Amino acid sequence: MTTEPILTVKNLSVVFPDSNGGLHALDDISFEVCPRDFICFLGPSGSGKTTLLRILASLLSPTTGEIKFINHQHPQIGMVFQQSNLMPWRSVMDNIKLPLELEGADEVNARIKAQEMIDLVGLNGFEDSWPRDLSGGMAQRVAIARALIHDPDLLLLDEPFGSLDAITRERMWMELSRIWQARQKTVIMVTHSINESLFLADKVLVLTQRPGKIKLDLQVDLPRPRKDDIRYTPHFGKLARKLREAIE
Amino acid sequence: MDINPIKIFHPSAAKRNRMWLRLLSLGLGLLCWQVTSVFSGVEVFILPSPLAVWSRFMVAVQDGSLFRDIGVTLSEVVLGLIVGVTLATILGYSVAKSRALEQVLSPYLVASQAIPVVAIAPLLVLWFGYGMFSKVLICALIVFFPVLINTIVGIRAVPRAFYDLMDSLRATRKQILTKVEIPAALPIFLGGLRIGATLSVIGAVVGELIGSKYGLGNLINRARVGYDMPMVYVAVFMLIFLALGLYGIVARAEKKLLRWQEEK
Ligand SMILES: Nc1ncnc2c1ncn2[C@@H]1O[C@H](COP(=O)(O)OP(=O)(O)O)[C@@H](O)[C@H]1O
Ligand SMILES: [Mg+2]
Repeated sequence: MTTEPILTVKNLSVVFPDSNGGLHALDDISFEVCPRDFICFLGPSGSGKTTLLRILASLLSPTTGEIKFINHQHPQIGMVFQQSNLMPWRSVMDNIKLPLELEGADEVNARIKAQEMIDLVGLNGFEDSWPRDLSGGMAQRVAIARALIHDPDLLLLDEPFGSLDAITRERMWMELSRIWQARQKTVIMVTHSINESLFLADKVLVLTQRPGKIKLDLQVDLPRPRKDDIRYTPHFGKLARKLREAIE
Repeated sequence: MDINPIKIFHPSAAKRNRMWLRLLSLGLGLLCWQVTSVFSGVEVFILPSPLAVWSRFMVAVQDGSLFRDIGVTLSEVVLGLIVGVTLATILGYSVAKSRALEQVLSPYLVASQAIPVVAIAPLLVLWFGYGMFSKVLICALIVFFPVLINTIVGIRAVPRAFYDLMDSLRATRKQILTKVEIPAALPIFLGGLRIGATLSVIGAVVGELIGSKYGLGNLINRARVGYDMPMVYVAVFMLIFLALGLYGIVARAEKKLLRWQEEK
């Protein structure tokens, strides 16, 4: 299947100004993303993963290089942050419908859509809860629902499960994988977990220690839908070993 | 096997108990006061009994003179709050948003904090006369600083991640203001307002004591000059209730608006 890439990044570098000649965060990054791809950037902390996502969301401009979106217009973006980043003064329902409010959608439709998202991420009964009463996993599911509700062209996930315990995290992989298949989204996710990237992605790009450079571009040819036990197959092990070697 | 008695905790019952304790404490205080003023031999002129104060209060209510003074003081306090809070909020927001503006204004802001408003109140009364205007000004000045500081701190404390979120969703400046900055800064802002509300009552009374035509501060002066000590006490109690009332309004607003916060 060949489709036109919806996003092309060419020779992207980022240098943060500092007192001694600038902090080189990303170096010569190039890649392409096709519609409905699930791309994972894998890298140690400090390799510029968050910086890369901030650039793609145009929260930050690169020092050099170019980013081209299809049709030359910036796509609608849904972003999930490292911390769930929920507004503590909004209920679960109101947090999820925030993007629709910002678009000026009418209240009734916004609530109906938010309810659909709440069903999708399995949070029925928590519509009126405050964020302070949610567990880490529930909060991240709210954040995912919020990132999906306005039907964005591109979903950006910044270590969305980094703060969760191992068991919850693996459960969230299944959820995300299911949601991704149901919603047919283009996803760019960054993580420092090898298992997470292999379980979820079509393609894993390994970033080096600072300055972040793409060291390996690995196609993940594991069949879908992926079940939990895929992690114990020899092929999964082989891919994991490749990634591990690239990281070191 | 030993069996523990089951303890059932009734929050509402505990609350009622605390309420009773408070009333009891107040009652005892009044009783002590009454006993002291009657049996200690202190002149009624120095320490009138609570009953004397109460009957003076009833007289003042019946002839209506009390309401005029309460009305004047309340108007000064409320107008002063409106002016002071409005200016402090607008300026505080601008300062929080612009480091340059902060640099330009900081000498004046520091000075405005360092000058005790009470000390310049006589000047303000001299300049702006015995009418309500000078008192409104004193109230506004005294309210200004705590609200200003809390607005600045509140806006500066808005987590950057919320701005990232709003920017990634292409939110407008106005949406960021109404959906992030105001609700995020509200707890700290209301804390400043709570302090400002009680300070404002002090400001009005200080102004009135210095020079005025009406108001509770003026009433204290009039009663003192006429050796009407029970009336002085009536005025003092009215001021206490005024301050408590304003404090209570802000506290209620906090409770209603900040339901999302952790129960303290
Ligand atoms: N706004 C910024 N200003 C200066 N340095 C920054 C900024 N953002 C990130 N950095 C630096 O860039 C490097 C990469 O950061 P980041 O993208 O957060 O890495 P990661 O998300 O992979 O842990 C880090 O050394 C970090 O300190
Ligand atoms: Mg990061």
